[in-house]
This record gives sequence, C-alpha cells and structure tokens, in this order.
Amino acid sequence: MITTPKRIKQVKFGLISPKEFRKMSVTRIITADTYDDDGFPIEMGLMDTKLGVIDPGLRCKTCGGRAGECPGHFGHIELVAPVIHVGFAKLIRKILRATCRSCGALLLEPAQKKRYVEQIKTLKKMGQSIEDVVNEVFKEARKAGKCMYCGEAQQEIKFEKPTTYIENEHKLMPTDIRSRLERITDEDIEVIGMDPHNARPEWTILTVLPVPPVTMRPSITLESGQRSEDDLTHKLVDIIRINQRFQENREAGAPQLIIEDLWELLQYHVTTFIDNAVSGVPPARHRSGRPLKTLSQRLKGKEGRFRGSLSGKRVNFSARTVISPDPNLRIYEVGVPHEIAKELTITLNVTPRNIDEVREYVRRGPDNHPGANYIIRADGRRVKITDSNCEELASLIELGWKVDRQIKDGDVVLFNRQPSLHRMSIMAHEIKVLPYKTFRLNPAVCPPYNADFDGDEMNLHVPQTEEARSEAKILMHVQENILSPRFGGPIIGGIHDHISGLFLLTNSKDKINKSDALELLGKSEIRELPEPAGTEDGEPYWTGKQIFSQILPKGLNLQFKAEICEHCDPCKGINCDKDAYVVIRNGVLEQGTIDEKAIGAFKSVILDKLVKEFNPEITTRFIDDATRLSIRGIMRRGFSFGIDDEYVPPEAQTQIDETMTQAKDKVEKLISAYLAGELEQLPGRTVTETLEMEIMKELSRARDSAGDIAGRHLGMDNSAVIMARSGARGSMLNLTQMAGCVGQQAVRGERIKRGYAGRTLSHFERGDLGAQAHGFVRASYKSGLSPTEYFFHAIGGREGLVDTAVRTSQSGYLQRRLVNALQDLEVQYDGTVRDTREMIIQFKYGEDGINPMNSDFSKADTVKRIVESVIGEVKE
Amino acid sequence: MNLDQKTIEETVSSLPFPQKIIDNLMRELESTPVTKEQMDEIIRGIATGYDHSKIEAGEAAGVVSAQSIGEPGTQMTMRTFHYAGVAEINVTLGLPRLIEIVDARKSPSTPMMTIFLEKDYAFDRDKARELAWKIEATNITVLGSMSTDITEMKIIIELNKKALLQRNMTTKEIADRLEEEIGTTIEVSNDTLIMRPEEASYRQLLQLVKSVQSVILKGIKGIKRVVIRKEDSGEYVLYTEGSELKEVLSIEGVDATRTRTNSVNEVFEVMGIEAARMALIHEAMDTLKEQGLTVDVRHIMLVADIMTVDGDVKPIGRHGVSGEKASVFARAAFEVTVNHLLDSGMSGDVDELRGVTENVIVGQPIKLGTGNVKLIAKKIT
Repeated sequence: MITTPKRIKQVKFGLISPKEFRKMSVTRIITADTYDDDGFPIEMGLMDTKLGVIDPGLRCKTCGGRAGECPGHFGHIELVAPVIHVGFAKLIRKILRATCRSCGALLLEPAQKKRYVEQIKTLKKMGQSIEDVVNEVFKEARKAGKCMYCGEAQQEIKFEKPTTYIENEHKLMPTDIRSRLERITDEDIEVIGMDPHNARPEWTILTVLPVPPVTMRPSITLESGQRSEDDLTHKLVDIIRINQRFQENREAGAPQLIIEDLWELLQYHVTTFIDNAVSGVPPARHRSGRPLKTLSQRLKGKEGRFRGSLSGKRVNFSARTVISPDPNLRIYEVGVPHEIAKELTITLNVTPRNIDEVREYVRRGPDNHPGANYIIRADGRRVKITDSNCEELASLIELGWKVDRQIKDGDVVLFNRQPSLHRMSIMAHEIKVLPYKTFRLNPAVCPPYNADFDGDEMNLHVPQTEEARSEAKILMHVQENILSPRFGGPIIGGIHDHISGLFLLTNSKDKINKSDALELLGKSEIRELPEPAGTEDGEPYWTGKQIFSQILPKGLNLQFKAEICEHCDPCKGINCDKDAYVVIRNGVLEQGTIDEKAIGAFKSVILDKLVKEFNPEITTRFIDDATRLSIRGIMRRGFSFGIDDEYVPPEAQTQIDETMTQAKDKVEKLISAYLAGELEQLPGRTVTETLEMEIMKELSRARDSAGDIAGRHLGMDNSAVIMARSGARGSMLNLTQMAGCVGQQAVRGERIKRGYAGRTLSHFERGDLGAQAHGFVRASYKSGLSPTEYFFHAIGGREGLVDTAVRTSQSGYLQRRLVNALQDLEVQYDGTVRDTREMIIQFKYGEDGINPMNSDFSKADTVKRIVESVIGEVKE
Repeated sequence: MNLDQKTIEETVSSLPFPQKIIDNLMRELESTPVTKEQMDEIIRGIATGYDHSKIEAGEAAGVVSAQSIGEPGTQMTMRTFHYAGVAEINVTLGLPRLIEIVDARKSPSTPMMTIFLEKDYAFDRDKARELAWKIEATNITVLGSMSTDITEMKIIIELNKKALLQRNMTTKEIADRLEEEIGTTIEVSNDTLIMRPEEASYRQLLQLVKSVQSVILKGIKGIKRVVIRKEDSGEYVLYTEGSELKEVLSIEGVDATRTRTNSVNEVFEVMGIEAARMALIHEAMDTLKEQGLTVDVRHIMLVADIMTVDGDVKPIGRHGVSGEKASVFARAAFEVTVNHLLDSGMSGDVDELRGVTENVIVGQPIKLGTGNVKLIAKKIT
C-alpha cells in the first residue's frame, strides 16, 4: 500500500465566526461538572465523551475512536452576554475611534479610502507588511469630528486597560460595541486591513466560547486515585459557573448593578482563559497559589508550543552517554557501548537479496549482538523478538516483511554535542561497537564539537531511511567536514598530546633503532622502513623526522614557518638554526619541527594542503596515523608535569626578587610624584587615571620580566615550556604565573578599588595607593599566595566567572537572532542568494561566488601557483 | 612565441572570473612572458580551480553565515578595552560591539572617528595639530580659568594667552562668540572677560556659569576629544572621541576618501546605503579580527546585505529582519508568539510554507539544500 504523502500548500489565518463555531461544535457544554459518581464523564459536561476520550477503554461518541486514535473535537459554551477577546482589545479601540458611532462608516472620504485600499493591495501582493498603512488609516479617521456620511458628531472614546471602553463618561458594554462593529461595511473593513470574509471586526467580541477537546487538556489520575484536572478545565469550570449565575440572575430580574458585576466577572474569566498574564488583570491562580497556564501561556516562550513542541521535537532512535577518548579509533568512527548497540535499530526491508542475511539477524535474537529486536509483518503487525521465539520467527520470515536490525560496526549514525553552534556540531560517524559504557571518539574530532572528557555527554541518532543514511554519509561525514566553512581552514586536527608527541619525535636528535621504529609505526599501516639515517654500534638507526615522513602522503610539498618560530629578523628561511622552518618535499620531512602549525586543529598547514590538493580520505588517513604515531611518540619519551617543573634556581629567584623590588620602588615613586602633584598628565586623562595607568604598566612590565627570567632558566627540557612553545597547551604566561609572579588582579580592567572606606581590605592603611594594597599578587602559584593576595585573586577570578556566564547567554541570543534572520537564504542555480520570497539578497554569493570553505582560491597565491606550474611544466 | 602585454591584458580582462582573480592574474603575468599555449593552459587551470571552489547551488548560505558569526561569539571578551594603539580613547569591543553592529543602533555606545588627512597636512605635525583644534569641541574651561565673584555678581574669565595662541583664537573672537550664544554683554579688558547675569541673583549667576561652559567656542559639537597619532608610515592620523561625519568631511584638509567613523547610521545618513553596507562589513570584520577570530568576509557580507537590502539599515531581530518575514509561523516561532498569531488572524494572512521553520512546524521536508532537489527515476525500459 503506497500512499503519496499529502503536502500542505498553505495555511490561512482568520477569525472564527460564532456561526461557524456552532456548526463545528459537537456539543454544547452546560454543566460545570466533569465526572459522575462512577467516574464516567457527564454528558454536556466538560469531559463529555463527544469531545474525545482520554481514558483507555472508552470510545469517542463523535468518531468512535479510542484514546490515542481520536484527535478530539471542539464543544462550545453559549455565553449569556458577549465579552471582549483581550487579544483584540487594542484593535477594537482603534476601530471604535475610527468609525461613526451611529452609522458605522469609516470616517474617511471615499477617495481616501480608495487610495488606501489600493496601497494595501499592492503591499500584500509584494508580500510586505501593511501595518504602516493601516496605522495611518486609523490615525486619519480618528481626526474627523463629525461623520461625513450621516452627520453624527463623534465622541471621544476612552480606553481603560484591559477591556473597558468609556464614551462620554458612559461605559460601553460589549453588546453596544458589537452592534457598532456589525454596522461596518465590508468595503470599510478592507480599508482597515482586515479581510471581511475571514475576519469581521464583530467576531472579536465573543458570544460563543470554544471548548477545547479533552485531548488537549487531559486530566491526570494521581496515585491516591484522585483526579487532577488540567488548568484549562479549571478555567472552563469557572466560566460555566459564572455564565450560569449570570443567566439565573438576569432571568430573575436582578438589579443592573449586580448584572454588571457578573458581566465583569465573566469578562475576567474569559480574559484569563485566553491570556493569564494581561497587565492590569490579576492572574487566575490554582488552589495552591500557582498562576494557571492558560492558552497564551501554552504557546509562548522557549518551552511553549511553538518553540518547544513544534520547532523542536523529541525523537526515537537516539542515545546519550558520557564520552571518552580513544586514539586508536579512526576519526570518523565512534565507539558505541554494547548496551546501546543492542537497543538502537535500523529497519530492513526483506528482499530476495537479503533474506538470508535478515534471517540470520532474527535467529540471533535480541541478546546476541548483531541481532534483531522486532519483526514487522506484511500486515503491519509488530512482533517482538525474544530468545524463545527467535528461531521460529526466523523460519517464518517472508518477503515484504520488515526487520528491526540492531546497529553494528560500519553503520552511519549522527553524533552531536550541545550547544550545536555550527554545523560541525552534528557529524556522521561510523559505528564501532565496543565494550564499556561510554561513547568513544578520536580526540582529533574534539575541536569541532568543542568537547573534552571531563564528563561531557554526547548524543547519537540513527538515521532510519536509506535517503537519510546516504545524505548523512555524503554531506555530514567527518571526512567532509575537516574544513570549516567559517574560515576555510581545517577544524579537525591534533590537540594537546598529539602536538607534544610529534614535537618531541621530530625535534629531537634521538636515534631510533629498528624495533623502536617499528613499534612507533606499528599502529599505522606502514610496514616498511626507509633507508636508515645511519648506523651506530653496527645497528641501523632512524630519526624521528624519518618516522614522521612515513605517514606523510607521497607528493606532498610544503614549506612554512613552525609555531616555535621566533620571528627572527631577518628570517633565515631554509637555514633556520632553530629547526623552525619546515620543509616537506615529496612527502618527506626534510627539516623543521612538527608542532601546532603543522598538525594542530585550526592552524594545521599540512591538513589544509592535504584536503585541498589531495582528498579527504588521504587527509583522514593522515590524521589517524598522526594521532597514533604521536601517542606512541610521547610514550616513548614519557611526558609529565609536576611541581618540580616550576622550580627556578636561587640565582633566578634573586633576580626576580630584584625586579619586584625595583618595580615596587618605581610605583612608590609614581605615587609620591602624584601626591606631590608633579605627575605629568597624559593627554585626555585626569591625574588619577594617569597614575593608575602608569602603575598598571609598571607592574605588568615587572611581571613580564619575572616571566622572562623564569623562562630563561626553564629550557626546552621543561614539559610546560614544550607545551607552550609547541602550541599544545598553555602559554608562557601560565608558566610565568606558576614559577615567577601571578601579577596584577584586575576588575573591569582596573586595579581593585572597592572594599572598605578608603581601602580595599582592613590590612592596609587608608589611602594606600601601593601595589600590594590594590591587588598586585607578587607571589607565584608555586611559592603560594599570602592571605590578602589570595583574596584579591579570588576577586579577579570571580569576575572571570561572571563574565563567562553573561557571555554565554548573550552570544546564544545573538546566534539565535542571526540564524532566525538568515535561515531561509539559499544559493540558487543562477548564483544569486535569495530568501523564500525569492527576493534577491545578493546577486552573486559573496561577490565572487566562491565558497568560503575554498576561500583560498581568491588569494593571490593560488593564481601564482597555477601560473608557475604551467610555466614550469613547459620549461622542462 | 610570447604574447605581448596588450593581448594578455585583453584576454585576461575578458575572462569570466571574479575581478580579484583577474587582477591577481594580471599582476602575475606582468612580469612573466607566456606563449599562447601557456596562456590557454593557465586559463584552463584557473577555470577548473574556480569551478571547483564555487559555492554549490542549494547551499544554505544563510545558516552557514549565521553560525560562522555566532559561534565565535562564545569566545569573545565582554569588556571594553582601549583601541589598538590609542590608549587615550575607549572603544567598545568584543561581543558587545558585535551585538551593537547587528542591532543597527542609532549611535554606537562609544562613537569614534579615524580622520585621515590630505597629503599637505598628513605629514606636517603643525598642520595636523591645527586641524585637530578645528575639530575638537573647545569650551571656555580649556582656554582659561573662570571664577565667580559673588559679591559683585559677576563671572570673571581669565584667558590663557598660550592656549589661545595654540588654538589660533583671539580674545575678541571668544567674546563675540559668547555674546552671540548667551546674549549678555561682555566687558573685555585685555585677556579678561567679565560677564553679569541679567538679574543679580545667585541662581542666575550659577546658571550663567553653566551656559558659558556649555558654549562650544571652536570645533565640532559632539567631538569631545581629538588624539593625534603618527602612524608607521609617518603620516599623522586623528582619532576622535565622538562622531560627526558630515561636519568633519566638510573641513578642508580632511581626506574624505579614507576618513571613517564607527557609527554605521551616520555613514548611512551621509553617504547612503551602499556605504552603510561597507561600513557594517568593515566594523564587523574589525571587531572579529581584533579578537583574533578569523571569519570569512563572505559571511559578514551576507549579514550586511540582509540588513541593507531594502535601502534602510535594519537590525537583525524582532524589530528588523525577523519581524518582517512573510511567514506567520516563522515570526511566531521567533518572538512575541501570541501577538503575531492574533494579528495574522485579523488581516487574514496566508502562510505559504516556503521557509524553514514553517515546514518544520507543519512536519514537512524543508525546501532548502537537499530538500529542494527533486529526482525522478527514469522508467527502466
């Protein structure tokens, strides 16, 4: 049975007329009671089974469906007196003021009306907002003091929030308003931007109240057996009660005052039924004091119907668990725990080509990993496969059945980490079923997800159709996302120890013997070693650079400055004596050190070149090999960092102390100059500001020189220095703070000034302007902070925390706004960028039609290379 | 045989490539002689490369751009810092600045101008300084000291000769200017100006002091400070706190072609929408670059373009681009849900379900990227 899916072409909005409403209502609701003593819904009550059913076992009286099948049907309440729909209160005010109080004509000259109608029509045709024109109509019409059609003098209408209209000190009842609105002609309605067929103004005054089907306000049965009704039901009960009382009172001929009060009360209940957060109306509350969630509240906001249930939905076929690293996986793989693999399935259609294979899955049953969980028979019946029936089901399998097969190695799944800030936050991986309970991923794919392993969790989704799987594989595969469309560089690449490892391997003069060399390359598919670099004690040996060259693809030619480059002037280029100039010729690393610039995520020159000039497969293979090799490389030497690595020799310590004393003296000199009024002002700054700036400058200089001194004594044999210099992790500043001096703590870019009157802490004299009294931390992390320093440090640290918290929410909103504004834009076949209205935003994408992912092409280098290659070719 | 420069120029400039690539190629070929075959080979090479790097039809360029700008937002700093190099001027940077640009605020929180000077002025310190005085709003406090004499009910202003000379102003000029602005007569004696309030009350006196202080004697109102800086090229450039593009551009000696302001709206008012678009791109790029984040210009161009398509600088968000969308569902799903639904009911709007959100809401495939492609299988014959 194949059905063509129906496509909704358009959705039309309008107001519903009372007549239409009565027609679509399945029953009138007259009693406020819900269930009778036996627990059955009362007829013509709020839970009438004509409105749909929620209790299992009952059948809907309208459509005959059971709970879950019946979508629910609307009922209605006949309101004794009309009430105003709060949402339209402002509009009603505008219309009342713009129309004649006696004949209902829009107070504009016929010519004007014609002009406005035309304007509205053109705007609508162009798909633009008619708001401005409509507002002008209202503004113009309001000016008329007298009706130009019947001559009636107009009165000022005062509007009191939320739903009261006063004309001439006399309150207008909804009935009066409704009869006025009824008098407006269809032609005039068009001038005020409404559609007379779909939305007549009098329909904004409710005479019938729709009763939503029970399916949208289900009651829940508590553990005690008591029923707890939905907020909407509560509100409807209130409305019906007041409605009844109103009717009784009116029939009994109650005084006008009481009638008006009841009318007001009915208005209140209907208002809060629609929107329980109208300003000026006390929100209706539940018995517990919690404000009720009525219609508007259900739609609004992040968890509301629109953003929470319609734009974002919960899905099946997904899993979530903690992630952990596994450098032995390929970058496009993801390790999936057995438990999860047994739960997630892919539906297979049984065909002559796969029937044997499918039978095998079914035979294995649900507990024997690559097995199957369900069988869907040709008639659509779903049968659960169990240990006991798997053999039998396997023999029953026929063509046309479907089998839910457990996912197994090689299946394509989507892997995601929130916040999903860019498209690389969801990529397609291939499954590798592994023991233990975490998702495993190659650390090289951490940067696009922005993941680390301090407890992060990630989600996994299994695409269910062949189209989805192929789309995932072609467009979302990790391999296809090595380049970031943000800047056209690689976003996947080595991090942390990958960089340290390759740095150590390629930077040392280490001689590697045969078994070690094979050990290093063991995890890659390289099975042959190059010519040894030499022999020592009769044993051949290889260098780290040679080993690294083995994983480089043949034909790769590159020259670039490494991260450790010290930017000497002039640059010696190829003759660099610091081994910071990398030369790769035909896939051989001839000189230079491999560091962040070579293989690091975001910066890697090698990866950039490989993706752009070779292909993603070769690049992937290279990243895989590089991560494995680097882990071996770092393990060969061993790599650790401890408190001893922060040790600075006594002579350096003395030097640091000296600089600190000097800085202190200088600060004191500045202060005394300031106090004596001799400090020279910087242009545009006050003297105090100048002093602050000078002190800050002096202290940061002192910290830097402390760092320099410490750095001079901590050489390339120090792990932290290796990490900082190679770009693996941390910076020299971190090391400075650990070994030399932590430095000035700042709040809002200034020294710490708040606290007690005239001083930051009671440990200092009032008016002390010195370094220590305003948050300068002279100590290093190793030496330990004094109590006041520790406190200042905490102040500075707190600012950082607050900053991050504020920033995430702000940038999240920025992102949401940007995406919302731009999401409909698409590059067309003619190269233009258009929105869904087909309005042209750009005539040529980015002015040159080049994909930012390949933005290198617009650079001068590319042309140069092409020209050179052509001319070089011919020369030979 | 090598082609002569003229034929090369002709062939290259008629190639169907972006201008930038043509320029690059031209520059490359200026120095290298090529034969006809080589030329063809080069062109073929570039054509293949260009084809390869072109954006594909159906790409959701909008979302990619939005993500590319939004994602680095998390890595930006919050604080206001000093403008690179000019320590005297505070400029909003980082995330707040980016939000400001995207919001299309009427005026930035820290308006700033970079004024380049014409050749005759740019390398002459005195001339540059002179120009700076012309631009900087000068009031009486910088020119001399002001004191009030309560017993006599008068204000005595003693002008500083040096300051006057520096700014090329005379006592008379100042007196005239003050008279014109305030309306009271001024007694001028040497370098001293004496003013009296109309009514001899203490309050009036204080009021007078205030109004005298607020009179701009020279320069442009709104430019609080001008800083002169010598760039590496040896050129003097003026940096100002406060922005008045129109007034500054009309000053002689200001290089109107290079002078810029960080107030996009001002650029729009003075020079029109295309200039505003360029200003948006420039400001956003600068903000990101300053934070050390690399984002391709094309993304920022797209954002600038959507902000300026209909000839007005519209903000990204509910009051601008998103609020003017054709689809009711898209607007309702963004912000102020209920109002959009009520309004659309009123005017009988029709949602054509062409965008992304609308189709997600009704549960249909979206018409973008792979969703926009229809494949019909050929019948096997």
